[in-house]
Amino acid sequence: MLFSESIRIAITALLANKLRSILTMLGIIIGVGAVIAMVSIGMGVRQQVQTSIASLGSNMLIVSPGSSSSGGIRGAAGSNVKLKLDDSDAIKNKIKNIDYVSPTVSSSYQVVNGNQNWNTTVQGVTPEFLLIRSLTVASGSFITNQDLTSRNRVAVIGKTVASNLFSDNPVGQNVRINNTPYKIIGVLESKGQSSVGQDQDDIVIIPLTTGQERLMGITYVKSINIQVSDPEKMDQVQSEIETLLRQRHRIISEKDDDFSVRNLTSLMETMTQTTTMITLLLGSVAAISLLVGGIGIMNIMMVSVTERTREIGIRKALGATFQNIMIQFLIESVVIGVIGGIIGIVFGCMAAMAISKFGGFTTVLTAAPIVLSFGFSVGIGLFFGIYPARKAALLDPIDALRYE
Amino acid sequence: MTIRLSGIKKIYQIGDQTVAALDGIDLHIKKGEFSALMGPSGSGKSTLMNILGCLDRPTVGSYQLDGEEVAKLGDDELAVTRNKKIGFVFQNFNLLSRISAWENVALPLVYAGVPKKERLEKAAYFLDAVGLGSRRDHQPNELSGGQRQRVAIARALVNDPRIIMADEPTGNLDTKSSKEIMEIFRKLHENGKTIILVTHEPEIATYASRQLLVRDGKITRDEGQGVVMDVV
Repeated sequence: MLFSESIRIAITALLANKLRSILTMLGIIIGVGAVIAMVSIGMGVRQQVQTSIASLGSNMLIVSPGSSSSGGIRGAAGSNVKLKLDDSDAIKNKIKNIDYVSPTVSSSYQVVNGNQNWNTTVQGVTPEFLLIRSLTVASGSFITNQDLTSRNRVAVIGKTVASNLFSDNPVGQNVRINNTPYKIIGVLESKGQSSVGQDQDDIVIIPLTTGQERLMGITYVKSINIQVSDPEKMDQVQSEIETLLRQRHRIISEKDDDFSVRNLTSLMETMTQTTTMITLLLGSVAAISLLVGGIGIMNIMMVSVTERTREIGIRKALGATFQNIMIQFLIESVVIGVIGGIIGIVFGCMAAMAISKFGGFTTVLTAAPIVLSFGFSVGIGLFFGIYPARKAALLDPIDALRYE
Repeated sequence: MTIRLSGIKKIYQIGDQTVAALDGIDLHIKKGEFSALMGPSGSGKSTLMNILGCLDRPTVGSYQLDGEEVAKLGDDELAVTRNKKIGFVFQNFNLLSRISAWENVALPLVYAGVPKKERLEKAAYFLDAVGLGSRRDHQPNELSGGQRQRVAIARALVNDPRIIMADEPTGNLDTKSSKEIMEIFRKLHENGKTIILVTHEPEIATYASRQLLVRDGKITRDEGQGVVMDVV
């Protein structure tokens, strides 16, 4: 018997019980639609987390001083004063596969404009800071190498600081930090909150040398941010930096580092893992409804076989073999899976788009869950069709013909 | 095409009792014979019919259909044999209700693997032959009993089997339709088909040239072509 013939028979049989077929398909439609919509939400969350981590600076290595120790008493991490601007220059000059190196110092100060004041973090940076943090200047300009060598008293401020201290455009005006006036040369574009809930616009940026010598009176740096050109080389660059700094700090082999090198990839990995878990969880909950839909198919196929016992008897008397009957009923349940799957995909995609449009979630539609859930629904049609189809094909023609 | 049964028994196990529905049947039907199988209900004639029609297998005995032993064939081989060699006409027509007369007639050809175009041509030819050419697109429930039985006969003929098995073909029909149907069988007999008719109406049985009486699982009387042969 031809395959196309079997499909035609199956569709005729399904059309004979339209409402019943549609209700059975509904289980599959909801299942497939739910899988697609849920996974698209999960993928959306994942994408958001990834962009927000990337906005911290992608491929970043952060070198920070280790803890100090004097007379057996160990200080807090970062209290060590051995990390110098020279170290930063050495890294920049001696290590390959590096895009930018940005040493920083930072401290909290009360900043004042007229009768307004605000407590914020003042960071001393080099011009590379702009690139490494993917910042943009909204108006004015950023710190230049000229500012760095001349130790100019200039500042670039974040949106939060600007709105708290100034009612008009702050560029060109002065702000007092530690009772010394700094000329504001630029305002940063707003970056919003970081993924850990920190306001990234609450910042004042001044040249590194100005910060070290004129404001804080220190010779060391608080951290060195390094952007690696190739994410594959992160580990290699990290170990090179560690070797270089140990050498420069003359640390003998059995002693611990007096600095630490951290990277954001581990944070990224953790976050990606978490969001993958969320996606899987949402997807598997939805997949359960697909399974329930499959049981619905089996249920209705059992009813269908019982109802059509006589038809099966007639077909067998006229020469239908076990295989003929088996295929006829299998195709019927697979057709439910296929049509249900297709409608489910349409509904799922529509739901995903509606959620991102009206629900405020970012949703990302990818091919994988669509292909997978469609394949799953066809598979379910096949799997849950086997038992009823076998039952039909095994019917004794005499008993089936006698069935009322 | 000959039918040769020897020592056929069909034994059912009901609880711890064994019941022999057929108890040693020896029967030889020649090609082109028109036989009527008669007997009271419970006599075993339906069981005999099922075995003759390859719908069932005997418990013991040999059934040679056209020289081929079919008593021991598997389900699928029996299905193929039914498809090729036997056409069925049932008391309650047994047409599929959702498809047209035309498609009903073509159904055996589906399982014979005949291409669609040829199927529909053959089906149309046999519907014309039973006088229903103009009604081929009607569904069975739009036809009268006599018309339905004619569709069933067309279906039985469509794959050109040599044997036609008719199980009480006039049981659900009025006298006029019964007569028409039996005329068709008579013509088929004249054209050389081997016909086995199961009936309990003596009037209908007279259309056949040979009358067989089944009682208690045995053939108790066999009158062929006017010659009386007591086999008791």
